[in-house]
Amino acid sequence: MTVYGGLQLALFLGCLFLLTKPVGLCLVRVLDPGGRTWLDRPLKPVERLLYRFLGVDPAKEQDWRSYTRSLLLFSLAGLLFTYAVLRLQHLLPLNPQRFGPLAPDLAFNTAASFTTNTNWQNYAGETTLSYFSQMVGLVFHNFVSAAAGIAVAAALVRGLARHASRTVGNFWVDLVRVNLYLLLPMSLVLSLFLASQGVVQNFRPYVKTAAGAGATGAGAGNAIAAQVLPQGPAASQVAIKMLGTNGGGFFNANAAHPYENPTPLSNFVQMLAIFLIPAGLTYYLGRKVKDRKHGWAVWTSMALLFLVAALVCWKAESAGNPRLRTLGLDPRGGSMEGKEVRFGVPASALFATVTTDASCGAVNAMHDSFTPLGGLVPLVNIELGEVVFGGVGSGLYGMIVFIVLAVFLTGLMVGRTPEYLGKKIEAYDVKVSVLTILVPIFAILGFSAAASVGRWGLAGLGNAGPHGLSEIIYAFSSAAGNNGSAFAGLDGNTPAYNVALALAMLCGRFVMIVPVMALAGSLARKKLVPADEASFPVSGAMFIGILVGTVVIVGALTFLPALALGPIVEHFLMTGSGVLF
Amino acid sequence: MPVLKRSLFDKAIVSRAARDAVRKLHPVHLLKNPVIFVTEMGALLTTAGIVLRRGSEPAGFTVQISLWLWFTVLFANFAEAMAEGRGKAQADELRKTRIRTVANRIREDGVPEPVPAERLRKGDLVIVSAGETIPADGEVIEGAATVDESAITGESAPVIREAGGDRSAVTGGTRVLSDRVKVRITADPGQGFLDRMIGLVEGAERQKTPNEIALTILLSALTIIFLVVVMTLSPFGRYSGVPFTVTVLVALLVCLIPTTIGGLLNAIGIAGIDRMVQKKVLAMSGRAVEAAGDVDVLLLDKTGTITLGDRQATAFLPAPGVAAEELADAAQLASLADETPEGRSIVVLAKKYGLRGRSIADLPGAAFIAFSAWTRMSGVDLEGRSIRKGAPDAIQAFVRADVPLRVHDAVSDIALHGGTPLLVAEAGRVLGAIELKDIVKGGLRDRFERFRAMGIKTVMITGDNPLTAAAIAREAGVDDFIAEAKPEDKLARIRREQAAGHLVAMTGDGTNDAPALAQADVGVAMNTGTQAAKEAGNMVDLDSNPTKLIEVVEIGKQMLITRGALTAFSICNDVAKYFAIIPAMLVGVFPVIAPLNVMGLRSPASAVLSAVIFNALIIIALIPLALRGVRFRPLGAAALLRRNLFIYGLGGLVAPFPGIKIIDLIVNALHLV
Repeated sequence: MTVYGGLQLALFLGCLFLLTKPVGLCLVRVLDPGGRTWLDRPLKPVERLLYRFLGVDPAKEQDWRSYTRSLLLFSLAGLLFTYAVLRLQHLLPLNPQRFGPLAPDLAFNTAASFTTNTNWQNYAGETTLSYFSQMVGLVFHNFVSAAAGIAVAAALVRGLARHASRTVGNFWVDLVRVNLYLLLPMSLVLSLFLASQGVVQNFRPYVKTAAGAGATGAGAGNAIAAQVLPQGPAASQVAIKMLGTNGGGFFNANAAHPYENPTPLSNFVQMLAIFLIPAGLTYYLGRKVKDRKHGWAVWTSMALLFLVAALVCWKAESAGNPRLRTLGLDPRGGSMEGKEVRFGVPASALFATVTTDASCGAVNAMHDSFTPLGGLVPLVNIELGEVVFGGVGSGLYGMIVFIVLAVFLTGLMVGRTPEYLGKKIEAYDVKVSVLTILVPIFAILGFSAAASVGRWGLAGLGNAGPHGLSEIIYAFSSAAGNNGSAFAGLDGNTPAYNVALALAMLCGRFVMIVPVMALAGSLARKKLVPADEASFPVSGAMFIGILVGTVVIVGALTFLPALALGPIVEHFLMTGSGVLF
Repeated sequence: MPVLKRSLFDKAIVSRAARDAVRKLHPVHLLKNPVIFVTEMGALLTTAGIVLRRGSEPAGFTVQISLWLWFTVLFANFAEAMAEGRGKAQADELRKTRIRTVANRIREDGVPEPVPAERLRKGDLVIVSAGETIPADGEVIEGAATVDESAITGESAPVIREAGGDRSAVTGGTRVLSDRVKVRITADPGQGFLDRMIGLVEGAERQKTPNEIALTILLSALTIIFLVVVMTLSPFGRYSGVPFTVTVLVALLVCLIPTTIGGLLNAIGIAGIDRMVQKKVLAMSGRAVEAAGDVDVLLLDKTGTITLGDRQATAFLPAPGVAAEELADAAQLASLADETPEGRSIVVLAKKYGLRGRSIADLPGAAFIAFSAWTRMSGVDLEGRSIRKGAPDAIQAFVRADVPLRVHDAVSDIALHGGTPLLVAEAGRVLGAIELKDIVKGGLRDRFERFRAMGIKTVMITGDNPLTAAAIAREAGVDDFIAEAKPEDKLARIRREQAAGHLVAMTGDGTNDAPALAQADVGVAMNTGTQAAKEAGNMVDLDSNPTKLIEVVEIGKQMLITRGALTAFSICNDVAKYFAIIPAMLVGVFPVIAPLNVMGLRSPASAVLSAVIFNALIIIALIPLALRGVRFRPLGAAALLRRNLFIYGLGGLVAPFPGIKIIDLIVNALHLV
């Protein structure tokens, strides 16, 4: 662990802290249908046009059922659209490499993956997808799935802020406004910056170069005759992939690819971009419920969980593999396997933590090559429910569900029916909250267990032993958590895995959104209990402790046995008996 | 009702509970409690394993695990049975008073005919004479009688029941001591107050409260989660080449699901009602007890609740040129025959001025003038002296002279401070004023202060004028008051508070209180009150002591806190159990994992067994806490939460580590595995 790494971590948290309020203020305006933004002049006509096109009355609010129905229908349409684009890409324009259509299972997996904001990729972009598929079929979802997540979070926050109200907002208005006034302008700025750093942005065919001097294989004498340099509109896609916590790389190597993430500065900015909107949403929460301290308490809880994870991962990675010593190597350089030299251990460990805390899933290093404990951190991050800042929107709504449970579990101890921000937590709220928690647990453990003993599951494994189990669990955690990063050792592009992972992704997104929206509706309907000395404190150290404790205990209690057989055993085997996988 | 002053752990109760615990093993009974139901299924599974001789581990281990799993279920049942114990014993006592009687029913032609009490129906008219038992609940419609209600209230002093007004309700099972009354029956057989009381103290009609339902959902969800965890662990084990036996998986499951709170949840609820009964408050439902904990506005009647109910003389304020002793002497003489509490308090106060006790017998020539609504004064004519005391304007009319300025000021000053002024005059001369004051009950100020800290607002309701009301409100330390209140004001205030999101508690006894009692979230009816009031409220106070509302709220809060504390404890326990069981499950195949065995448990078998034993014993250990309730402290939410979180949350996290370790040492010392 180095001073440089520490400085980077401190700088990262500092920048995030400073940007939280401005982004939050933007969100307050964007998510208020009448809110003014300084893009109103050019974009207001577009907004009106879109409403007319969608046939939506922006002044009419929806109740939670109708809001959810709109979201599900819209997502289903998007899923089918992308499936069609991928299946028909050979007939569609912008395909200079003349790629054929995707297989049905892979197309389904990919469509589900992008619709659910997961961006799990069972394909390599540069060898599979046309520019059209990337830009229209996929980037479309990078915008709208992010906006849908923010919409659900906004509906839930409205549920908290309102009382005796039937409605929670209008899905179409939220969808349109978030895209127009938030995601599009932010992505534009970010892609310009990324392009300035060297991220490619063109429609050219791939470039073939003769082997350079350094490109000769040193070991077995396999000379690389020629090199293909993939091209494409990467910068525009990378910006939204980070801002929308999508994570699907333009190239297979994702953010480790020099055309996607060329410099330490682009790396730093990309990490910030991942956390930007999720962090801003905590401020939005505080503002809307008129308790800014509460918003910051949620931010602090997330930051604490992030900080601990980042430190553990960084420590594990910089300690490296003790077995290197027996090979006569100095392990003090840390574990560099699967990492880019231009980022090194601290920036790779930090990126891995950020991308899995948020349900982004972009990677700048191969998590599969991390040390067992280093790899445990991303896995646990995902399994905590993607609530440490989390996905755009999904992080906040997941965290609010945890708050509801934490308040219910401990609130009785103040001698009253538990209440959260003046809303009594009753049987119905508990029911829908636990449903939300149950869904990913079922998906992760159920699918992983089936894969770990099924022939279809074991067929795709790249590694044996506990590491193989980690790969399986990671894949389904990533899918159900809508993260999308991978322990790359697993070959998921088989019909069985494609379908199983797609189902896990769909469960983790839509089966979860329904109870979350039900919670929003229930909270909105409730009367407000006036705050007094006996109200449950929702800010301050004790609240933060309770929230962090609940997240950790629920996560730890649920996944510890499985993790014990995976990364934990692997760690002890590595340090204790020197067995590696 | 004569409350049985039995200890919670009375021998008879314990042995009866032990028997009931076995009876409650019936799975249908346990279905209502998912956590314990799953535990029982687990016990069945491991027991079946012994019988079928499946599994690789030594039979002794499986037998012991099964045994402790059965104990876990039994302990949970025992907790519930213990909580029911005192109520059941109480109900038995009450049943004894439900003797068969013959009632004198009045036929339609007006002729009485004897019928067995159980054949009486609502609306029947009966005649009850001295020495007879009232056959069923009813309302006196003719006559008045003294009634011995000790069977219901435990109070031996007879009470008067009479037609009309707020004292007309009679209860089946009580006895008429004198006179005879005509009663209209208001309850069908089996629906009477005594029957309801029996049902309530026995807990037979108990339904889950809203909060219990929510908690049960959460506990069921945790149970489902851990079922999935344990069931998926088997394939993971198969992948890893670690064979997990059914016994060990069931042991893990039972240790992880929240058996502690699952086993004690019912007991906590029943004990809450039982604690109310001990305070002689009958809660009509557990829901009412729970609502009591949530209440944040108390409507308190001034008279009887905040003040003693009688005004007392507190000072003599003499006119210029009159000695205080002279005034006291005159006041005492004028009050000697006055048997009202006010009059008596004047006599008592005068003694402090060096006047010996006098009695009417000492003054043979005295002619006492009684108070009348017409003259609004009373007094005495004695040896040519004519002394009067009364309302200021009446006395002024009596003396036909101006009241001295100082006395006039004193009168307005007394009124300003919430007192009632009386003037004393003799022979056309005003001697001075007497201050009569409502005496605020001792200790209330502190109590209200504590309530404020808990976020509970107190509102005093009084018929007094605003000035007097404000003075008493200030003295008692209530937050707000309604002066010159009419019965409908109560109802309006309750509605207003509820609309603002508050939960309101109140007491009442009169028929005109009934709408408000019904509207309030917690309505405590006085047992001396009318039938209408008792039916409208959701609690009845057998002592008819309105101040008890405060204790009712405390018991409600205590019940909620106990539930929360044991839930937190139960869930935090799991962390330690993981550290006991997971290493034990894996160490056979992966010896390198030994460092995770932080408690240094001797062997995998003893680790698993110790965790299961701890899990069972902790239920027994916490029964007293569940039954008595977590000690209630009137603190603000933050302080209360911090305290309870520290004790039960952190305690729950830490306690099992030494607990399991000690059990492991004992298990190994006894060579149990």
